[in-house]
Amino acid sequence: MASLPLPLAKVGRSTLWQSTLWRHLLLAVAGLVVVVLVLEGTSDFRNAQLAAMAYLGIAAGGLTVLTGLNGQISLGHGAFMAIGAYTTALLYQGTEPVLPVLGVLLAATLVALVVGAAVGVAAARLHGPYLAGATLALAIAVPGIALFFDGVLGGEQGLNVRLPEVPGWFADILFFLTAHDVSSSKYVAYIGWLSLIVTFVLLANLSRSRVGRIWRAVRDDEVAAEIAGINLGRARVLAFLVSAACAGLAGAVMAMAVRLTAPSGFTLTLSLTLLTAVVLGGLGSLLGALIGAALLTFLPQVVTGVGADLGLSDLQSAELTPLVYGLTMVLVILLAPAGIVGSVRGWWRSRAEKAHKPA
Amino acid sequence: MLDVHELTTTYGPVTALDHVSFSAPKGKITAVLGANGAGKTTLLRTLSGLIRPTVGAASLDGTDLVRTPAEKMSALGLAHVPEGRGVITELTIEENLRLGGLGRADRAKPADIDRAYSLFPVLGDRRNATADTLSGGERQMLVIARALMANPKILLLDEPSLGLAPRIVAQIFDLLKTLVESDGLTVLLVEQNARSALSIADFGVVLNLGRLVVHEPADVLAADEKLRHAYLGF
Amino acid sequence: MQQFLTTALTGLTLGFVYAAFALALVLIWRSTRIVNFAQAPMAMITTYVALVLIDAGVSYWVGFVAALVAGLVLGAVVERVFVRPVEGKSEINAVILTLGLFIVLHALAAVVFGSRYRSFPAPFGLHGFQAGELRIALTGFGIFTIVAVLVVMGLLVALFRFTDLGLKMRASAFNAEVARLLGVKVGRMLTLGWALAALVGSLSGLLIAGGSLVHPSYMDSVVVYGFVAAVLGGLDSPAGAVVGGLLLGVSLSFVSGYVGSELVALASLVILMLVLLLKPGGLFSHAAERRV
Repeated sequence: MASLPLPLAKVGRSTLWQSTLWRHLLLAVAGLVVVVLVLEGTSDFRNAQLAAMAYLGIAAGGLTVLTGLNGQISLGHGAFMAIGAYTTALLYQGTEPVLPVLGVLLAATLVALVVGAAVGVAAARLHGPYLAGATLALAIAVPGIALFFDGVLGGEQGLNVRLPEVPGWFADILFFLTAHDVSSSKYVAYIGWLSLIVTFVLLANLSRSRVGRIWRAVRDDEVAAEIAGINLGRARVLAFLVSAACAGLAGAVMAMAVRLTAPSGFTLTLSLTLLTAVVLGGLGSLLGALIGAALLTFLPQVVTGVGADLGLSDLQSAELTPLVYGLTMVLVILLAPAGIVGSVRGWWRSRAEKAHKPA
Repeated sequence: MLDVHELTTTYGPVTALDHVSFSAPKGKITAVLGANGAGKTTLLRTLSGLIRPTVGAASLDGTDLVRTPAEKMSALGLAHVPEGRGVITELTIEENLRLGGLGRADRAKPADIDRAYSLFPVLGDRRNATADTLSGGERQMLVIARALMANPKILLLDEPSLGLAPRIVAQIFDLLKTLVESDGLTVLLVEQNARSALSIADFGVVLNLGRLVVHEPADVLAADEKLRHAYLGF
Repeated sequence: MQQFLTTALTGLTLGFVYAAFALALVLIWRSTRIVNFAQAPMAMITTYVALVLIDAGVSYWVGFVAALVAGLVLGAVVERVFVRPVEGKSEINAVILTLGLFIVLHALAAVVFGSRYRSFPAPFGLHGFQAGELRIALTGFGIFTIVAVLVVMGLLVALFRFTDLGLKMRASAFNAEVARLLGVKVGRMLTLGWALAALVGSLSGLLIAGGSLVHPSYMDSVVVYGFVAAVLGGLDSPAGAVVGGLLLGVSLSFVSGYVGSELVALASLVILMLVLLLKPGGLFSHAAERRV
């Protein structure tokens, strides 16, 4: 990019963009440090939980960009996660891994991206409830496909995913930094969080770039956007395939973390849960997506504990979690439609305005 | 009969109605005139309860209008034919008329619908057709007939002449005048077409940027060239 | 031939149920421009109400009526309390709200009624009858299904066409502001619309459950099929909902019978996409925009 000659008018903007890039990269490095510290300082069980938070965060990040920035509501992202997960499982079916981990991740992302593009093209003309209904149908259709082709895709029981082996160089670097060994499950957590950091940097840059502005324009006022020369369909399809790719990547990490891909892991509930995370955190906010993912990962334990205290059976306590999600979603939409991040930002802003008002 | 006192309506930072005060006497036609954006439509929408004013009062024969919701206006005797006519195009002509009679405290009788058809024969010919088949002038007749189904004391009309040929406008205005004379109906007529409005009105009220600037008998208003040029465009 | 007939008849019976559910969605769409995704768990809960009563010893028919009444109440409460604040605002908010309700009602049912599969009785026979060589797959319960749906639809048509209340409801749906000016209490009409829609939804829930197993997720796919049927017929058209339901029921039955039951959901998705891409207004759409 730096090697291209820049017309004078673009110089100012490009410098600003580059500073945004540096800012994001700095945040990414800081995030990386935090990740290493946390992963090394916690137990294997927590590592597994953190791996879950990572892949939920990736999927939520993609979804929040689609829904928040571009205004397209998707209830079918669980299906794209399934696509990424099954691709990963298939690549690990042989006795020897066909590709290194990075290759597997890229492959899963790519497959999900292609399917996402196809769905996105079909969905580009839909909006609101029509899009919701169509993606809802997608969410329940994809698990059925896995059941139908049960020869290849393992049917009801699904496919087992062998854990990737920790590569020597990685174990060495980590030992050098932290004097700890790397277990397989910790390795998966690292994979998850590194993927998340990379994804979020890309999404953040996309969001701040011209593409992001185009997406917002399409969301806010179609007619005005079209008059301004924006190709609505192209913008929408791009947003859709980016978010589908994220979900695919998330599915791949999920397959490695859970070590199993089966239709039962990709129910409608998963898609709806992702949407909940994004709504709670605040549509369009990557930080919100992360908060939402954290809630999804750590809230169930808390809630189930409360359920047990209240004297509910195990099964009933397990259902308290979706009950809390649903209630929170309803309350958020009714009382604070901007979600956690949006509401906090709004509160911040109104405080700043009050501080500047003349007495 | 209709008393408006210091009525003020704002849309956020914009003041659409600015302390408007006047009275519309019973059995007379009061025209509300002024340029686009002067606040005429806002006045009607505030009176009929679609918008709440910020400050001020309005009453119909002593009954407060400001705190009354729009749904109760029909029972109070106030009928508002909104901007754009408000024909419900998915319903038939007869259904539109029947609907008009449902808001009454007493039940509307078939005789009331027959009266509507005798006043507006063109509606009677097509009573079971859906209202989207009507021309602009026919639609205006339909909504006036529909409003009359409720036996209102006062009729608020928002720009009935909009988009209609002069001949049809004259027809409708003649009919309006007849109704006022025969039924003692009170009319508040918002119009941009000041000339036609003043030709049937008894009084004229002129709004400018939300403020009431003139309140005179119609003939006085029509004769005052300076006023006409300044506010009414002719 | 036998398989063809069986598949067609099963599809037709199921189609009537989808038609009922699609009708519920259309009723709500017409009045408030919202797709009530929560209609499925709402119907599921009212069916559970019937089940609890029936298991406690009450007759099927009392349970049946109780479910319908519960539907009326639930529909009214949901509209008044949860939906009213988002009516007329952004589309996304309404979608997210109904989805939130979807999740809540699901979880509530699991907590209160339990997640295990329970069988639901059927008041009529569940076997077809013989006609010479052929087995006619039209069960007693199937005939009841068709009759019940037709009766309810007939009553709704009568309500909307011939009564003052129906006229007020239609006016509220077509032009709420004008209706208000004419003295119609639009808010109440909307609540009534949701209540009636929920009643129809409850009916479809009961009809699907009859002779089959009930569990918190049993209506989930119906909301998708009901939605596809409604879109197929045209979201604004009650008649379209019925035709769409029948068409969809028969088509999906053939997919299930001749290809594989796992692909039924995918088939519905394909049908949905075809309709939305080729004739977005549905089969029964007249004008694209509402003429004013």
